Order: sequence, then C-alpha cells, then structure tokens
Amino acid sequence: MLEVNVSGRIGTRLIEARFDTRGGPLVVVGPNGAGKTTLVLMILGVRRPSSGRIVVGGATLFDSACRVEVPVEQRRLGYVPQDYALFPHMSVLANLQFALESTASDPSLPALRGQAQSILHDFGLTQLAERRSSELSGGEKQRVALARALAVRPRALLLDEPLSALDAAARQEMRSFLTSHLKRLGLPALVITHDPADACELGHRIAVLEAGRIAQIGTWAELRARPASPFVERFVA
Amino acid sequence: MKALRSWCNRQGRWLLASSGAVLVLFLAAPLLGLVLATSFGDLRAGLQQPLVWPALRLSLTTTSVSLLVVVTFGIPLSWTLSRSAGRFARAIEVLVQIPAVIPPAVAGVALLLAFGRRGCFARWLYPEGWSPAFTTVAVIMAEVFVSAPFFVQAATNAFRRVDENCLVVARTLGAQPLRVFYRIGLPLALPGLLAGAAMSWARSLGEFGATLMFAGNSSGKTQTLPLAIYTAFESDLGAAQALSVVLMVVAFSVLLLVRALLARAAGASLES
Repeated sequence: MLEVNVSGRIGTRLIEARFDTRGGPLVVVGPNGAGKTTLVLMILGVRRPSSGRIVVGGATLFDSACRVEVPVEQRRLGYVPQDYALFPHMSVLANLQFALESTASDPSLPALRGQAQSILHDFGLTQLAERRSSELSGGEKQRVALARALAVRPRALLLDEPLSALDAAARQEMRSFLTSHLKRLGLPALVITHDPADACELGHRIAVLEAGRIAQIGTWAELRARPASPFVERFVA
Repeated sequence: MKALRSWCNRQGRWLLASSGAVLVLFLAAPLLGLVLATSFGDLRAGLQQPLVWPALRLSLTTTSVSLLVVVTFGIPLSWTLSRSAGRFARAIEVLVQIPAVIPPAVAGVALLLAFGRRGCFARWLYPEGWSPAFTTVAVIMAEVFVSAPFFVQAATNAFRRVDENCLVVARTLGAQPLRVFYRIGLPLALPGLLAGAAMSWARSLGEFGATLMFAGNSSGKTQTLPLAIYTAFESDLGAAQALSVVLMVVAFSVLLLVRALLARAAGASLES
C-alpha cells in the first residue's frame, strides 16, 4: 500500500495531500493547474515536500520528522509520465535493457537482452523490439512505457495522465488494458487524470484535488451521492 | 480598392526584399573579392611561403588543444547550468558570456594582467617566476578564453532541450545522476554539442587580438594563421591572400557543418 501525507509549497502552488491506495488503484482527479503533477513529483522524490511522510509497502521513502529522504533512484517507484518519455535515441528493446541494468542480478548484455525480450513478449510487444519511439503509435508507446516501468519490479506504480495523449479509439482500448493490468498486477497504483470519465473507469477510489488540496476521497458512487463541496459536485456531475 | 491594396502589398514586399539585398551584397562583396582576386597559381605560390605551414600547424595544434579543454570543462558546466534555476546559476551564465562580448584586445590585456609574469595571480600560480605569457600555452589560453562562451551557450541550450521527463524516468528506473547524464542527457544533446564545438573551434581558429596581446607574434611558437596573415600583409600580399582563402574555406565548411547538425537536432527534438 502507498501512503502519502505531504504538504509543501512549490513556487506559488501549495500542495496538501493525504491519501493511501488501500483496496486498489487510487485516481487523483482535478482540473489543469490543480497541482497533480507536482504531487507526483513529490512522491517520486524529484520535488521535496516541506513536511509529511511517504511510505510504500512498509518502507519509508520520506519522513520529515525523522529526516528520512530516499533518493529518486532508490525509491523503486514505476513512473509513466504523460508523454511516456521513451528514450528517443534507443530502440524499444534498449529502453527495457536500460531499466533492467540497475536491478538485474546478471548485468551481462546477453542476460539483459534475454530478460528484456521476455518482458516484451509478456506485453505482446515483441514485433516492436527494434523500433524507436518516433515509429510507434500512442497506444504502443503507452504499453512500452508501462512495460519499462514494471521491468524494475517497482513497489508502486504512478501513471500521470495515461490516456490524455491518445485518440478516442486508442483511449477506449487502453482504458480496458490498464484496468485489467492494474487488477492483475495487484501493485499499489496511483493514477493522475483531469478527466472524470477516466477516473471513474480506472480507479477503485477517487481523490478530487482542488487547488493543491484533496477536497474529497471516495468511490465514484460516494462522490456522486455525497459531494463534499460544490467543486466536487460540479466535477463529478 | 482591392487592386490598390494588392499593388501596395506587392510594392511593400519588393521594398523589404530590396533593402535586405543591400546588406547581402555588402557582406558578399569582400568574400567574392578575396576569391576572385586569388587565382589557383596565386594560392599555390602563397602556400609555399615559409611562414604559412608553421602557422597552419600551430593553429591546428593549439585550436585542437583549446577545443579539448573547452569541451572537457564546458560539458559539466553546461549540464549544471541547464539544470539549475537559481540566481547564482544565471549570474555564472552571464559571467561565462562576457569574453564573447568584450573586444579581443581587452581580453588580451585582461589575460596579461591575470596570468602574465607580473599578473595578479602570478605570485600563487608560478612562484618560480615562470609565466605562460608569450609562449604557445598563452595562445591556447587566449583561444580558450574567447571561444569557451560559444560552446557553453550552445551546450547549455542543447541540454535544456532534453526532455525533463526522460531524465526523471531514467532516475526512477534506478539510474544514478551520473549515469542519467552520460546515457540519456549526453546522447540526446549530442547534435547541439557538436554544433557548439564547431562554432567554438571556428572562433579559436580566427582568434587574433587576444593572442597578439598575450602571446605575441613569434613564428613557429605563437604565430597562428590570423597573425601570419597580418605579418604577411606587410611584406607579401600573395601569401596573405592565400592564407585568407584557406581560413575562409575552413570557416565556410564549419558553417555548413553547424547548420547540418542544428537541422538534425531540430528534427530529432520534433520527432521525440
């Protein structure tokens, strides 16, 4: 389970968030500029909260009271950003090999290559192995980015706007793909989106972020039945 | 009314284009003059003058060493500047650009006052009384001083164009900052770095004022190509012309290379 309780000011934006991922994927939903990506960067360790605590699977990643701050590269959090951020100068296979280099027990090139090919096979991406990101469709990029994030066997998965760059057809296909994968993996997962329809489909519970603060957390049905504020009511309407 | 507006538009475009053409003609005239006034025979005869080859050799050696120094120290500096947002980083960026805007003669005086035998830092740098001034080392120092800003600016811009998300993702995949730098940052910025290196090298090759003031004009020791042109101009115009044509061809080739690399960098960033 991923437990987050952070507060901090990044530029002019104040972030105050407290939530956990018990029961299944949590979707943080909010309009553009609400501070969703900043919140993700705090959890990843790229931005430093001024106070709070981040714990995943019992391991403390950040604790201002105990002065614990695990560096980004040691947090083992799988991250898929909005633009997927596949390394454009590497093939799909090399992207996966890069991910495996830091965690593999056997770091020899043939072993890494074999492991990367096996992951591509699991995701049905074998035919894309030698392609570069510029030669992939939005949906293919999404799958490769997800495979790469999972290659390091992360403690939790963070997806930032996973569907926003896709067209309507690919969006529907990826929604089902992500829903089934998140369920199958059983990993603590945090999904960020600005789209209430995606939130409804992908999340077990939904946290509505308003101007950097969590306005309400609950299932889609709870948010619709008992919205805590006019903002939440408008958002889920 | 519509026809009048169309006529005005045509006249306006013609006026702008012809005004621009004046500048193009002015810039092209000296270059054309140099090429047209130098026959192949002149070029061959000029290149056989005794001061040509030592100057060419010295220029190639010193510009190669200065480029190596600029790239070795410029890449870490540019990477750091590109990833820093504070006022201190901006102040350093301005400081590094100063040598590009001060007159070369001023740069020469400044180098002499800092690193000359009686310079401000001489007591600490060379207590034995030795000084690099008026040696080949001074040529390299002058070239590094005037050319480094070109590389640092180009490299900083190239590193800034690298997608921040790629760097963040690389770190979440367990890569240490140094590995992120050489596996992701460096390859993605490579076309911009090569273009910066080419511009910096071209600036070193053409360096004149600072070298003359800080290193002097001693054949085989501190006399680079531009200084050899200056020397030849007083006694043998043919040699000066030949050397000028050589420098112009080199500069033109560098310009073509820089344009090709920047076009490739722009294409790569659009693709990604």
